[in-house]
Amino acid sequence: MSTNTESNKYTILFAIGMVVIVGSLLAFTASSLAPNIDENKRLEKQQNILYAMGVNENEGSSANFVSTEKAPELFKQYITEQIVIQGGNITTSNDAYLIDVKKQQSNAKAGLDRKLPLFIGEKEGQKYYIAPILGKGLWDAIWAYVAMDENMVIQGAYFDHKGETPGLGANIKERFFMDDFIGEHLLDNGTFKGITVSKSNADPKNIDKTDYEVDAIAGATITGDGVAAMIKSELKLYLPYFKSLNN
Amino acid sequence: MGLLSKKDTKLILDPLADNNPITIQVLGICSALAITAQLKASIVMSISVLFVLGVGNVVISLIRNIIPSKIRIIVQLTVVAALVIIVDLVLKAFAYELSKELSVFVGLIITNCIIMGRFEAFALGNGPWRSFLDGIGNAAGYGVILIIVGFFRELLGSGTLMGVKVLGDPIEKTGLYGFGYENNGFMLLSPMALIVVGLIIWVQRSRNKALIED
Repeated sequence: MSTNTESNKYTILFAIGMVVIVGSLLAFTASSLAPNIDENKRLEKQQNILYAMGVNENEGSSANFVSTEKAPELFKQYITEQIVIQGGNITTSNDAYLIDVKKQQSNAKAGLDRKLPLFIGEKEGQKYYIAPILGKGLWDAIWAYVAMDENMVIQGAYFDHKGETPGLGANIKERFFMDDFIGEHLLDNGTFKGITVSKSNADPKNIDKTDYEVDAIAGATITGDGVAAMIKSELKLYLPYFKSLNN
Repeated sequence: MGLLSKKDTKLILDPLADNNPITIQVLGICSALAITAQLKASIVMSISVLFVLGVGNVVISLIRNIIPSKIRIIVQLTVVAALVIIVDLVLKAFAYELSKELSVFVGLIITNCIIMGRFEAFALGNGPWRSFLDGIGNAAGYGVILIIVGFFRELLGSGTLMGVKVLGDPIEKTGLYGFGYENNGFMLLSPMALIVVGLIIWVQRSRNKALIED
């Protein structure tokens, strides 16, 4: 049997066949694995939130989450309340951590009221207010879970990214960067100042916690600027809530 | 006689040195620049390419007689893209931690010119077993260079290897830093990868004059 593989008819048929086969193969794989992937993402969110409030298994200088098996149980134990701030209303919801921040950002752009999720955790008598935030790095999205006390002093943070450069921007999820934020103040006498990721920081060991600056990563200027911009624009939205806490 | 004939062994060993995809064929430079700032990333990338190139070469070789030559490049691209996406999905479902580390590389693998180069130059004209060996050999040759470049860039740029501070602490001024040594931040920028690759090419060609083209 010999087919003329050079004829136009064969070429077109081959192309159609290939697209159908490859397309259905990918669609099949994606849909059959979707439940597993969603579950993994859900557990990861719980791990991230717990990490920000200091429930983690950090060893030496590496950042380690609690294991995925323990995450749901610890999440129930430590996160006492999940609230959603929308307009001036505050509602509680046990699935607030599943709110898609990106979708809420585009809702806000379209002029709709944005849902702001906030998770309230309690550990050793101290209250933690953990906010999920999302911004832009150099290549793609960056996001973070920032734990604060009632005066918006940062108690812990977990940063992550979709596709920052390995070895440079990707280092925002390393402890030497994330731990710098612990203790930093966001408010200056009640006005929101945010935190700048600064290249000309005179305080590389980060001893001064009220300078509204952390040390930048060499070679990751744009990612660092993205982190600072994300903190400024996103955490600011929570300011009214924190003000209402202190009144 | 072992498992591999002499010709087969040559398929694996040649790309490691005298026919190296990066230094001799000058393929895959783009990804060699992008991810070699860290040794760990270089190793992960090498393993990913090893897998994709090994399997991809076999797939292309199996269907080489039914591919219309007019659209062969598109077919090759589709095969790589499908393979990479499937691997990514499977990792996301069953090894989530690992998939987060790898997600950066997925796009880079699809566009890696070594993969297209080997499909085009070898798999289209050879049987599956030989294509497999060729894929493994070339991916290993690529990996060796990546790891060498990653080693120097991470060591001189950040003073670490695999994230471990081997030269002391630059802020506490311990180890080498106590004597006034400074990290060369320039090593972390992409152009330095080209310069390191250039140095490797220089060393390799001065040792083996037969490699010098006119």
